[in-house]
Amino acid sequence: MPLELYLDLFSQPCRSVYIFAKKNNIPFDFKKISLMEGDHYGEDFGKVNMMRKVPAMRDGEFCLAESVAMMIYMVEKFKTPDYWYPADLHKRARVNEYLSWQHMSIRMHGSKMFWVKVLIPKIMGREVPQEKRDAAIEDLDESLKWLEEKFLQDGPFIAGDHISLADLVAIVEVYQPVGAGVDVFEGRPKLSAWRDRVRQEIGPELFDEAHQGIMGAIEVVKTLDSSKMQAFRPRIQKMFF
Amino acid sequence: MPLELFLDLYSQPCRSVYIFAKRNNIKFDFKKISLFGGEQYAEEFGKINMIRKAPAMRDVDFCLAESIAIMTYLSEKFQTPDHWYPADIHKRARVNEYLSWQHTAIRLQGAKVFWLRLLIPKMLGEEVPKEKMAAALEDLDGSLKLIEEKFLEEKPFIAGDEISLADLVAIVEIMQPVGSGLNVFEGRPKLSAWRDRVRAAIGPELFDETHQIVLNAQEWVNTMDGSTVQAYKPKILRLFM
Repeated sequence: MPLELYLDLFSQPCRSVYIFAKKNNIPFDFKKISLMEGDHYGEDFGKVNMMRKVPAMRDGEFCLAESVAMMIYMVEKFKTPDYWYPADLHKRARVNEYLSWQHMSIRMHGSKMFWVKVLIPKIMGREVPQEKRDAAIEDLDESLKWLEEKFLQDGPFIAGDHISLADLVAIVEVYQPVGAGVDVFEGRPKLSAWRDRVRQEIGPELFDEAHQGIMGAIEVVKTLDSSKMQAFRPRIQKMFF
Repeated sequence: MPLELFLDLYSQPCRSVYIFAKRNNIKFDFKKISLFGGEQYAEEFGKINMIRKAPAMRDVDFCLAESIAIMTYLSEKFQTPDHWYPADIHKRARVNEYLSWQHTAIRLQGAKVFWLRLLIPKMLGEEVPKEKMAAALEDLDGSLKLIEEKFLEEKPFIAGDEISLADLVAIVEIMQPVGSGLNVFEGRPKLSAWRDRVRAAIGPELFDETHQIVLNAQEWVNTMDGSTVQAYKPKILRLFM
């Protein structure tokens, strides 16, 4: 029985898991979970991940959440090429350093842009206050600055000469604000060049396919029935208004 | 030349690194960094970690940030006992799953309660709206509940029968709101029992010594010179309020 991967490609960590599995020819059952339609609240999915988050994995009887944990599991189980998660102590430390840092920086601020620019206006029927929008952009800018100056520096990739889990996790997060209409690559030649290299290494077809959903997200959100998304209102009100 | 660890024991991830190194008899130079004193902005420290965060490590000419990256580096380099970061694929996955989840699920919430209850009113002189405090406590509650129900379940420790990095990273974060005078263990017998086991496995003396500073926070905050922190008030308020 192959691995089951529960994924919604609108979600950044789902994209990294998807790309990793496909690129490494790991056989899996793609179990589509639509977050916008509330599939994660289904009874069966609750048995796979009681926290009701994606991505989630079921391998036989073993269930696992968290994209980083899942990819490291797959690295070990399927003996993927060393460069993804190098055995070398120092290179691996660099990958781990990025994988840890990114949760509260690029992931948080990139996700926020998507909410601020696309989802909140749809759900609340009005824009987030200007100062909060400006603050969100400032935070995202700072994260991108560190990605370029500390993690990439002059290397082709975060851990050195080869792509690794760090670049994969980075690129899917960087694309979230892009899906929200914020062109993070404009005026950032270093980041753009790195993006081109990452896309090349992953394979342009796979990369584009995985990102098709998020790149069309603005259009999809337009068609959604906002009355069905009212469950988000209280939290949004607390956090943004 | 021994390892240098740049630490401020007010900081949760500094505590986990400190405990891990001491518990495993790893020789290191303790380089004290006072975050409230702004020492992370000194020129020398910038060369260790340009993002200017603690903990940071320098092993001869190899510099590393992020507590999880530092501890997995130390566990590999010094071949610490297997239970800290088990080689077994399933146990390791459980540890990784917790280490990934905790950044935005407990670390953020515990830190927020600490700042909202203590530092923002006392050090920054800013009043915290009741509903923000209530929301923060609710979020922390939700996370503690998940730790008990999803990560611990009926096991003595997160990965199973023995303590691991997951428990260490968990305990230091949970102790942070305790430092603000909130007894998170009250009414949570499962969590309390786990805390006792973790404290025993680390060694009560080492555990208590490490947590002394944060547990005295309510006293020292009155005598602290908060002028350096004032400069970062806007950012702090943005993150927590």
